[in-house]
Amino acid sequence: MKDSGGTLLTLAGYFAMMSLFAIGGGNSAVPEMHRVAVDVQHWLSERQFGDTFALAQLTPGPNLIIVTLIGYHVAGIVGALVTTVAMCGPTCVLAFFVGRASERFKGAVWHGAVSRGLIPVTLGLTAASATVVATTSDYSWVALGLTLGTALTAYFVRVHPLWAFAVAAVLGASGLI
Amino acid sequence: MTSLPIPSPPEPSGTTAPPSAASDPQPAPARPGLAELFMAFATISLSGFGGVLAWSRRAMVEERKWLTPEQFNEAYALCAFLPGGNIINFSVVFGSRIRGLLGAAVALAGLLGPPLILVIVVGAVYAHYGDLPVLRRMLTGVASAAAGLMLATVAKMARPLFRDRAVVGPLIAAVVFGSIGVLHWPLPLVLAVLVPVSIAYSWVRA
Repeated sequence: MKDSGGTLLTLAGYFAMMSLFAIGGGNSAVPEMHRVAVDVQHWLSERQFGDTFALAQLTPGPNLIIVTLIGYHVAGIVGALVTTVAMCGPTCVLAFFVGRASERFKGAVWHGAVSRGLIPVTLGLTAASATVVATTSDYSWVALGLTLGTALTAYFVRVHPLWAFAVAAVLGASGLI
Repeated sequence: MTSLPIPSPPEPSGTTAPPSAASDPQPAPARPGLAELFMAFATISLSGFGGVLAWSRRAMVEERKWLTPEQFNEAYALCAFLPGGNIINFSVVFGSRIRGLLGAAVALAGLLGPPLILVIVVGAVYAHYGDLPVLRRMLTGVASAAAGLMLATVAKMARPLFRDRAVVGPLIAAVVFGSIGVLHWPLPLVLAVLVPVSIAYSWVRA
């Protein structure tokens, strides 16, 4: 690994940039996290990325907490803090100022156009996230079946995520996956 | 500091409209203190798996009555519109409307502090036991299920998009999916091109 100062700067730079393109929530940036952490920087293996995503899902709190785990894996507790601040800082500053000015935006024509325009982008990003996550781990036909089964169930019935995860973890532990 | 009226502090005089006019007989929402603010977001954070939205709504609107349903929807729509985690943005917007910069910082600390500590513990455990075959298989299962949950979200979001026989919206979604999810192109590059296109189209069509 490089010297730790350089690594921390790299972490901060990538995640600060990424945060501003996380349109439609934290999970939208998962493919970009994968590209940077696995393909470009080789911080994690495919399997470690899949594991990290699963662990973040199992930890209560915002989905974006996955970046803390990536940072921890790369550079320990300091890495975890640097990555979290980088991923949340720029967007929080933006939210602070826009939130205070938002009364002025209400009813503006462009506001509606921007909102509607972002929907298909968010949709594509969420589908991409699902694909990237599904193809990281040792992906078998049974795992694919589990993905599709969960998708169908959650589409038609309101499912608490913990139930889905519990069933999936038991299936995994029993060696079926 | 609190120039915006989201949970308006009780107005003593009659200069404004009578407390939330017409059909709403509830008293003006209470204005929480900093400790309450921290606890509220810490609670939301720790009870929220996957979707934190449902929990934040319950805590803010139903239990604590800090926001009316309309105020909650307005604030949440704004936060979904901004980049970054929706609930993270929500904590900043709500906190700042209550107590300015300090309120935003306290709400954010409540939301991120507890899971930050938890996830670092999780990371440390994984660093030691991550190679256990049983744990790996369980995590593979969880990741597969989580991918399924995201697909269900995609399907629900796609319904209105296809309803009016639109072509451009689904096409943009497909191009975003292909370039990011299949070709693994850089996110900033793809969005720098497609976001303006998508917004311009919805502007022209409106």
